[in-house]
Amino acid sequence: MDNSVGTVKPKIMKSNSPLKLISGKELGTVEIVYETYGELNREKSNAILICHALSGNHHAAGYHENDEKPGWWDNMIGPKKPIDTEKFFVVSPNNIGGCHGSTGPKSINPKTNKFFGSDFPIVTVNDWVNSQKILMDCLEIPAWKFVVGGSLGGMQSFQWAIQFPKKIKNAIIIAAAPKLTAQNIAFNEVARQAIMKDPNWKDGKYMEHATAPNQGLALARMLGHITYLSDESMGEKFGRELKKSKLDFNFDVEFQIESYLRYQGEKFAPNFDANTYLLMTKALDYFDPVKDYGDTLFQKIKASNTNFLVLSFTSDWRFPPIRSKEIVRLLMNCKKNISYAEIKSGGGHDAFLMENHDYFEVMSNFLSEN
Amino acid sequence: MAFRKDLLLISSWIKPNTTVLDLGCGDGELIKILIQEHSIHGYGVEIDLENIKKSIKNKINVLQMDIDSGLSEFDSNSFDYVVLAQSLQVVKNPKNLIDEMRRVGKEIIVSFPNMGHWSSRLNLLLQGKMPVTKNLPHSWYKTPNIHLCTIKDFLIFCKDNNYNIIETSITNNQQKSNMMVKIFPNLFGAVATFRIN
Repeated sequence: MDNSVGTVKPKIMKSNSPLKLISGKELGTVEIVYETYGELNREKSNAILICHALSGNHHAAGYHENDEKPGWWDNMIGPKKPIDTEKFFVVSPNNIGGCHGSTGPKSINPKTNKFFGSDFPIVTVNDWVNSQKILMDCLEIPAWKFVVGGSLGGMQSFQWAIQFPKKIKNAIIIAAAPKLTAQNIAFNEVARQAIMKDPNWKDGKYMEHATAPNQGLALARMLGHITYLSDESMGEKFGRELKKSKLDFNFDVEFQIESYLRYQGEKFAPNFDANTYLLMTKALDYFDPVKDYGDTLFQKIKASNTNFLVLSFTSDWRFPPIRSKEIVRLLMNCKKNISYAEIKSGGGHDAFLMENHDYFEVMSNFLSEN
Repeated sequence: MAFRKDLLLISSWIKPNTTVLDLGCGDGELIKILIQEHSIHGYGVEIDLENIKKSIKNKINVLQMDIDSGLSEFDSNSFDYVVLAQSLQVVKNPKNLIDEMRRVGKEIIVSFPNMGHWSSRLNLLLQGKMPVTKNLPHSWYKTPNIHLCTIKDFLIFCKDNNYNIIETSITNNQQKSNMMVKIFPNLFGAVATFRIN
């Protein structure tokens, strides 16, 4: 396999010291599943943290044994790729509250010996950064050379610079926003309602009933998916194309886009967890460092030596360029080193996951020069 | 590496440890000079992604924005200097931009190629063609230069708008000043640079 990190195996970090959450609740023990690519150099100065978005996980690059598809950011991470694993040591964890191996709703609650389910406490971007810091300490990494993320991942990268300014040399914030708008929250709420109105929701204790609200989760994913694509890219891919040659005058799947969305939802639901979906959307809704920190935000950022790269995509309407510019403005007012580029792409919000010559070149230049 | 002489002139006008916004920064050369020479903190603004890539490669802070749509991303009085080096002629609305520059910067520096230079005048007078000269190398149909002016035009423009010019430098094609440039700046000056507050 050319330019691939090859076959990878997830690792698990266990921490027995309790993690205090922003909500006031506490997780007694924390497990974080993660993958690493490349080698940590002797000076321990080449580590990159990858932060995943809403439905992402720790499997960012390479192939799991017997898998045909690589990790979610394989086009970005690998030998001679923008995040060059010949130069960098890349750490990619699954966030707590996730459903791919890190402590989350699918874990057993030690207090009850049952699945956490909907009892899993609400986690915030701030909590994720704290848990990633535990992983960093465990791997004996003194500071991240880069923290990189798109969308919700970009928010984590931003949060790192606020929370641990001395532990992050460069932050790359892609297709993100400093907080959600009412419209963003509205979409998340519809997604949550779709899940919680599913007859198999069972107050979030569906695992105890050996079932899952997959209809609702699939609907949530369908809705999300629409907001990740642009009108332009949907039009190009599907237009008004029909599955059959003529209209049937019924409510079955008729247009290609309907079929595609259903397929996306059905493919997603069995491999994800409804409680995790709720948690991730809440973390998005709650993210608002300007409000959380007030005036101290500026002091915190001013005190840091972090260099920033902020990227947006022209057709992204979930977090459009104007939202990234809010981050730019904030950082500029703190006199930070920051560069900003608006990448031309028809790919919508999902453009941050797609191969794009301009995008990758900007990333490569920033990663190799800082 | 040899720096552009017109940028070195601008650099000589900038005080150390100040903040600078460079509009149309190209590959970030001016900001790079200013960091080296005067330890400034600055940002370049560019619309062209290829220049953005080069600036990032040069380790210069660069922001991809369109200066033709104003400087709304920048707070009033947020920079000591706002510079527009040899780009005045490409902007859609020079007056709007200069007003915006004055809002954002405590002092502004503007330079442009002088359309009143003898070579341009001769081009038009003798050949009856739109001038194509060393400083203005594009044919009329593919030039990015849509608001060319002479030094005299610019001085009238500043007077009409009450822009206070505090320093002027006119240089010839070799980026130098000489007797002819001093006596007939609008005829022998190739590049004009103004400091306005």
